[in-house]
Amino acid sequence: MDTTTGRKSSGPVIRTSALTRTFTRGKQTVEAVRGLDLEVHDGELVALLGPNGAGKSTTLRMLTTLIAPTSGTAEVAGFDVVRDQRAVRQSIGYVGQGNAAAHQQRGRDEVVSQARAHGLSRSEANRQADELLETFDLTEHAMRPVSTLSGGQRRRLDVAIGLVHQPRLMFLDEPSTGLDPQNRVNLQEQVRRLNRDLGTTIVLTTHYLEEADAIADRVIVIDHGLVIADDTATALKAGLGDLVSLGFARPQDASAAAARAERLDGASVTTTGTSVDIRVPHGRDLAPSLVTDLASTGTPAQRIEVVSATLDDVFLHLTGRSLRESNQTSTDSTTDEGEAA
Amino acid sequence: MTTIEASPARATEMAAGPESRRRTPGFVADTWNVMTRELKPMLREPASILFAMVQPLVFLALFAPLLPDVGTGSALQWFVPGIIAMTALMGASMTGSNLTLEMNTGSHERLLVSPLRRSALLVGRALKEVVPVLAQGILIVAVVTPFSFDLHPVGVIVGLAIIATFAVGVGSLSFALALVSKGQDWIFWTVQQTLIFPVLLLAGVLLPIDDGAPGWLRFLGDLNPLAYIVEAERALFAGTFPAGTVLAGIGAAVGVAALGLVVGLRTMSRAD
Ligand SMILES: Nc1ncnc2c1ncn2[C@@H]1O[C@H](COP(=O)(O)OP(=O)(O)OP(=O)(O)O)[C@@H](O)[C@H]1O
Ligand SMILES: [Mg+2]
Repeated sequence: MDTTTGRKSSGPVIRTSALTRTFTRGKQTVEAVRGLDLEVHDGELVALLGPNGAGKSTTLRMLTTLIAPTSGTAEVAGFDVVRDQRAVRQSIGYVGQGNAAAHQQRGRDEVVSQARAHGLSRSEANRQADELLETFDLTEHAMRPVSTLSGGQRRRLDVAIGLVHQPRLMFLDEPSTGLDPQNRVNLQEQVRRLNRDLGTTIVLTTHYLEEADAIADRVIVIDHGLVIADDTATALKAGLGDLVSLGFARPQDASAAAARAERLDGASVTTTGTSVDIRVPHGRDLAPSLVTDLASTGTPAQRIEVVSATLDDVFLHLTGRSLRESNQTSTDSTTDEGEAA
Repeated sequence: MTTIEASPARATEMAAGPESRRRTPGFVADTWNVMTRELKPMLREPASILFAMVQPLVFLALFAPLLPDVGTGSALQWFVPGIIAMTALMGASMTGSNLTLEMNTGSHERLLVSPLRRSALLVGRALKEVVPVLAQGILIVAVVTPFSFDLHPVGVIVGLAIIATFAVGVGSLSFALALVSKGQDWIFWTVQQTLIFPVLLLAGVLLPIDDGAPGWLRFLGDLNPLAYIVEAERALFAGTFPAGTVLAGIGAAVGVAALGLVVGLRTMSRAD
């Protein structure tokens, strides 16, 4: 039986309904994923964004058949993740949070073995392995024991193994963790290319805001097992608006300006001493007229700064916490350093 | 740096779905894949097989000279079959620790998401045990043949086949143990270490369990499948083929293999 050709092409590639997973350790119960309703369509590039412990990996592990949902259902590539596990596995690629290559193996052997598991012929498997090792700059390390590779080299090998059978649907769990900026850019380039040129549907998790912003068409923000936002990065940021900061000579001027700014559509204004912070949609476009307006009413601004919203602002707005700080307080060994570069 | 399949020609080909051209591997292909994968590290570094040889060679060099010659032949002739069985038992019972390692680092998870059958993940691993057992058996025989050991090739071949079958079963049990000890490696090692020495001693590997032994000890020895295997090995390595002894050894080995595979397969299909 060849289940791989049995893919139903109509409808979403991923569809979940009230997908829930709880873990019980002793007396403690963790609701890792709470009633996830999700649809991902063919060709989408989706980033799941959220702090440590948000439920990103648990979601991917359910969608890739690794763990069963506590309740709710999920269909991946048209197959139920509980009843049709083999069909799901044949239809997807997966890069987990751990290492795909066993540490006592040689990297290239693992890539070839994975390709053969997916039914590639010996020659096709070898060709594909060499090509991917080259793509991820691993050719010279391919015959060394995986345990001797650096963390970043191992991570690139994980991604190469996940891609070797050219899946139509790819799950990547924090693929860029541990990569230096150059390799991160290369990985993002490969992911985008896979999506754009080959139409591969991609779902990846990350807590690098810039990464989600840079590569994903669609960002799903998860916190405490719940989806709290789901839109394009641009729309999420635009919805929050830009931050216009004005400085004045006297506090009275600032209060007058604040009163004026309050009348802007969707503005939220905070005044501290002589400065006024205005968070307002399209603030970038509104700022010039606001400044001339204030000057003409006798309260001229001395200083102006306009900052576009970042996804971190979006996260802060939605949860009251900064994603950056949420991640820094975690015990996770990954850091956000180098990302700002 | 090249890029993944960026050429337009490949892109169109891909759009048709590359997996549609592929044949889904069957159980045998999956098992072969898993088995050869397990053997790759050994193949890449053949000397690694020698590390497992240190212990039996130490026993042969330092323990065998203490043994008196027995009626049927030299002490070495009596001791070598037991040492080969011991090496197989040690190696196969520890093999699950590789799986433990793979569960901890993530590669096991990768295999679980691949289309490889759960059954192949177990059977392929278990079958791989045959290779080190044969390699080590042949090496030990080669080392002792210049000394007071008479080589009877047919007996040795049949004997090694029996031990290899036994090792497949022990290997399966070891993998099952690794699976149920998931996340708690100490369980694996505690159980393995606790079981291995009683099994070895009760098989009469180091000292014979003869009529002088207390009844309860002989009773426990009679329950030990390895005891029958070692007895059959001794006969075979001496070039004799007493039907009852050999059949008992074969039966014990096949029994352990069957039990191991059943337990292993059930555990693998339940584990997540
Ligand atoms: N096997 C498990 N047993 C018990 N609790 C678990 C298990 N797996 C996950 N959890 C818990 O479920 C919650 C969600 O974990 P999950 O791994 O999905 O988070 P995540 O969003 O991937 O986080 P990270 O960014 O750190 O990878 C956490 O509180 C975690 O401790
Ligand atoms: Mg995670």
